[in-house]
Amino acid sequence: MKQDIFQAISDPTRRAILTLIAIQALTPNAMAEKFDMSRQAVSKHIKVLYECELIKPVQSGREIYYHFNAKKMQEFDHWLAQFRQGWETQFNQLDELLSTIKKQK
Amino acid sequence: MNNDLLFDFNVDKAAKIVYITREFNATLPLVWDAFTQAELLDQWGAPAPMRAKTKYMDFKVGGRRFYAMISPDGLERWSVQEYTSITPKTNFKMYNSFADKDENRELPGSEWDYTFSEQDGRTKVNITIFNESFERLEKLLEGFKIGFTMTLKNLEDLLSDLSTK
Repeated sequence: MKQDIFQAISDPTRRAILTLIAIQALTPNAMAEKFDMSRQAVSKHIKVLYECELIKPVQSGREIYYHFNAKKMQEFDHWLAQFRQGWETQFNQLDELLSTIKKQK
Repeated sequence: MNNDLLFDFNVDKAAKIVYITREFNATLPLVWDAFTQAELLDQWGAPAPMRAKTKYMDFKVGGRRFYAMISPDGLERWSVQEYTSITPKTNFKMYNSFADKDENRELPGSEWDYTFSEQDGRTKVNITIFNESFERLEKLLEGFKIGFTMTLKNLEDLLSDLSTK
């Protein structure tokens, strides 16, 4: 199943990973070291973040560096802005309905 | 025209909570009805050009509203809202999920909490949405977008009709 971006960023460790690699791309080993976690635990978080496209791997020699995918986060913000817009439209409709009902009374 | 009415929309991404606050220039009983009666909900409950159509609504704890948002081209997107708690004219909570046209729910959904309060003839509604998922948002917005694209298409057709005359 595709990972949900909300789910992905609701985990504090994954947020910390994102914050860190937003500054500098890291290898899984470097992440494990910085967070004092097992390589296995890191791999699990990487998998979740990768599956919702919040990070992208870049091969460099024999190492894989994970980069933060800012575009995906922007896309997410864009969706939220549209969600807000939908609500705004509905509420304006309700304003009109309320004023119609008040006039009828 | 309603610029002085409060509208707040905040998303706590980490906690997966959406907070919406809106003020209405009407008394609490009226606003409460607009949120809890099918015939009123259907008049504003979908952003134009979409429209809402309630198949049935049983506003009591354990009861459901089964409704669709319909785009201008007739595409129906069904949802089930199940009421989990009701404190008349103060608060109600519901569990919201997408469904097919036969009312089979697609779980998990999200939890919605509505709180109403009146001051100086104005009513404030606080909506909190818990556990919303990006996938659900995406689906919801797809519907909005389809509706919007259709309207543009209608407009284009109308304009081309007018220009050929």
